[in-house]
Amino acid sequence: MSTSLLMFLVFIAITLGITAWAARQSSGASAFFAAGRRITGWQNGIAVAGDYMSAASFLGIAGIIAFQGYDGFMYSVGFLVAYLTVLLIVAEPLRNSGKYTMADVLAYRLSPRPVRAMAALSTLTVSTFYMIAQMVGAGTLVALLLKGSGISYNLAVTLVGVLMVAYVVFGGMLATTWVQIVKAVLLIGGTFLLSILVLAHFHFSLNEFFTAITQVKDGTKVVNFLTPGLRYKPPYGALDLISLGLALVLGTAGLPHILVRFYTVPDAKTARVSVAWAIGIIGVFYILTTFLGFGAATILGKAFIGKNGGINMSAPLLAQALGGDIFFAFISSIAFATILAVVAGLTISASTSFAHDVYENVLHHGEPQTAQKSVLVARVTAFVVGAVSIGIAIVLGPTFNVAFLVGLAFAVAASANLPVILMSIFWRRFTTQGAVAGLATGLISSLALIIISPSIMGIDGPTVAAAARHLIQMKPLFPLENPGIVSIPLSFIGAIVGTLMSRVSADSVAKFTELEVRANTGLGAEEALAH
Amino acid sequence: MSSKPQVDPKQAAYASAALTDWDRVANQPEFKALLAAKAKFIVPATIFFLVYYFALPVLVGYAPELMKTAVIGPINLAYLFALSQFFMAWIVAFLYMRAALKFDTMASDVLARLKGQKSSGVKA
Repeated sequence: MSTSLLMFLVFIAITLGITAWAARQSSGASAFFAAGRRITGWQNGIAVAGDYMSAASFLGIAGIIAFQGYDGFMYSVGFLVAYLTVLLIVAEPLRNSGKYTMADVLAYRLSPRPVRAMAALSTLTVSTFYMIAQMVGAGTLVALLLKGSGISYNLAVTLVGVLMVAYVVFGGMLATTWVQIVKAVLLIGGTFLLSILVLAHFHFSLNEFFTAITQVKDGTKVVNFLTPGLRYKPPYGALDLISLGLALVLGTAGLPHILVRFYTVPDAKTARVSVAWAIGIIGVFYILTTFLGFGAATILGKAFIGKNGGINMSAPLLAQALGGDIFFAFISSIAFATILAVVAGLTISASTSFAHDVYENVLHHGEPQTAQKSVLVARVTAFVVGAVSIGIAIVLGPTFNVAFLVGLAFAVAASANLPVILMSIFWRRFTTQGAVAGLATGLISSLALIIISPSIMGIDGPTVAAAARHLIQMKPLFPLENPGIVSIPLSFIGAIVGTLMSRVSADSVAKFTELEVRANTGLGAEEALAH
Repeated sequence: MSSKPQVDPKQAAYASAALTDWDRVANQPEFKALLAAKAKFIVPATIFFLVYYFALPVLVGYAPELMKTAVIGPINLAYLFALSQFFMAWIVAFLYMRAALKFDTMASDVLARLKGQKSSGVKA
């Protein structure tokens, strides 16, 4: 396994090299938080795609399709279509009306302190859930990759955490963006190669490939993996599928680490172009999950994957079976770089939110702080967020379901963030109370429903292994895995009721006109940093 | 560089808007036309993609027998419909990018008019 270790070190050296280069380029707050707003459309598009193609996409979707067939492909569809919500509705107004974080667009018209405090809380929650999932993925991957070399899951998680903090602390947004670009190109390349190997295995015959998918051996049975319903079964499967669909299509436009990317470009037009690039790249990638997931199902089978590293290792194991140890090391290094880069992206959005929203605007009442102080606060936040997620990932352990945590992050983002973003852009009467009520209702209801869902609650028989047991040994109180179908409408209702019960603020209404003009024309929007 | 390096046109327009009233821009017929043109594209496009997207989980969930129908060799309707979502997303995105070129022109007309108003106001 020394090949894997060597390739690992090469990758880490390359990404740290980029960080060191970027660290010399960036100075000042706009540079640290928003890469000086000089990132071009295609660069940002690749970076957005890179931020999005996380452990959940590469390792998670391949795994779900390998184990549960067609139903797993629904993740691929939802993850992509979600970008239409970003492109058509959110990206341009956000770029034109904000500076560094999602909360900027809310604070534009509303009372800044309560709104920023709530938005920062929701940003930190979503980012942490997303990040723990990546950490767990990295831990399992490294444990598999360096099997027998003495590197434990705990050590792997700590290693990823330390590297991530180094990226953010030294490089800021510019380094993170370039790491994301390099990784996205490698990930797409690796996925293409793996897909070609899968097709070659079936003599480049799509007919042979799809025929094999309809005859997957699952234990003693032969199952058609193209059939829907292997994961989402009656009585609640259909509803759960719709709930997941809702969380995915509305969640992306509320993911803080995706939204901050639109502040790294010079203007709304470039933001739009970058989303278009991302839609192109991500779409190709998700179509290829067909080959990764179904390839693993047909060529390896559930039993083999389960024994050799588990559901999340389907894609790397497929690479090993088809391309040997070197290709396995290559794909694993890409997966590792993917996780590292996504974690860095998440950390920077969380630390930006804390520095900009809580430190500058809540604690210091929006009085301008020196750039050095804000950047320092962000760096300290990166350390703290890193330490917290390393800790939680170690406590949860390597068997925790990665896809579950990311689905959770999407549901929380769709519930807490998106309704208030939409209302502050489109509803003239919207008030501060409405925003706080919407954010709170979405955040609390989605978290509460997840805790009482079958993912956390369940009664396990005595034969179930300790690591796989439900956290709460009780009959689930809520029948759906994904809370979106309940918590997203609840958040909208919370925001509407909160608004209607509070007095219309003349200032907020006047500012709505300002926001409308600014969002649609770019008048007064944050400019790019001069060279 | 420029003969008047101290005045950036966008900054000047911003200052002018701040000094007078954002309402003035909001009441410009050009600005109203821009909002109407955007709504005319974005509202139907959003309804279309949401309906097309949710048709997939609804059909897969509630009409599984229909979706199991094999269409091309072993490939069933469920997979083809899912695959079509990717092309739907690309087409909607392409159409929006094309429509947005017109929105950009309209937005710069709004800003140009604002600048014109400001300079004529100064002369008068």
